[in-house]
Amino acid sequence: MTTTLEPKAGETAAPETEELHTWTGKTRQWLIKVLPSDKLLPEGQPSYVASWIYVFGMGAIASLVYIIISGVILSLNGPAWYHVSALGHFVNSTHLWSVELFFIFMVVHLWGKYWMAAWRGGRVLTWITGVVSFAVSIVAGFTGYLLQTNFDSQWIAFQAKDALNAVGIGAWFNVANLGQIFMWHIVLLPLAVAVIVALHVVLIRVHGVVPPIDAAETDAQLTETAAAHTEGGAR
Amino acid sequence: MLGTLLALPTDITGGTYFGFGNFQIQSGNLIVIVVMLVLFVLALVLPFPGSGRSK
Repeated sequence: MTTTLEPKAGETAAPETEELHTWTGKTRQWLIKVLPSDKLLPEGQPSYVASWIYVFGMGAIASLVYIIISGVILSLNGPAWYHVSALGHFVNSTHLWSVELFFIFMVVHLWGKYWMAAWRGGRVLTWITGVVSFAVSIVAGFTGYLLQTNFDSQWIAFQAKDALNAVGIGAWFNVANLGQIFMWHIVLLPLAVAVIVALHVVLIRVHGVVPPIDAAETDAQLTETAAAHTEGGAR
Repeated sequence: MLGTLLALPTDITGGTYFGFGNFQIQSGNLIVIVVMLVLFVLALVLPFPGSGRSK
């Protein structure tokens, strides 16, 4: 019942687990152990993060934020606005160009992380969530191209439909069904991208930013791979 | 009716393609790939502001 859960800086290793018997209490204890507040919102980052190659992940997130904001504006005003008015055209165009930036930043981020083997030090899930977010983003971008309602989108849809039918998802992801694809594009896929990207960022906070290979000895995650991940933070 | 439909302005063009033997790429795609490569190289080469003596 009465438990003292004070995560001390030095010895957070094994807080009292016996007393807790509710799922809320156990979840809280696990969250505090895995992601203490100084890891969730750190004051600083290791010195090796001061490099341009480390900015592209945040560049992709900034682009994603703009994509969502412009997408909300487009949704609230509707096609009759963004297909006709000058301002609507402009917002629609910035929605496209922020997607271009999103993918450019994400690919450079991917190259950087690939060449520094960013899955080291127990960061496999971070890597995997990045791969999944890339894949889901491609589907989201694809449905966006289908919503242009012009000859381009018609061509793209009818090139894609046979492949999607062949893999058996044509009923729930019918590229010739504009209303269905509209819902995929403005509800389901943005939600999926947002959730996966959020999980990706939380995992980076849990495990710390991966160091360059020649600075691996400074990484607490790597030096204590066998031990539990209960070190303060890579500094 | 058909006449007005046919008279609608269409800005559908094939785009500009570059070909090297069997390999063919559209100019927009080529530009994006080149931009990404340039960004990647610059990110490795350019010094980060305010990182005077970082390892």
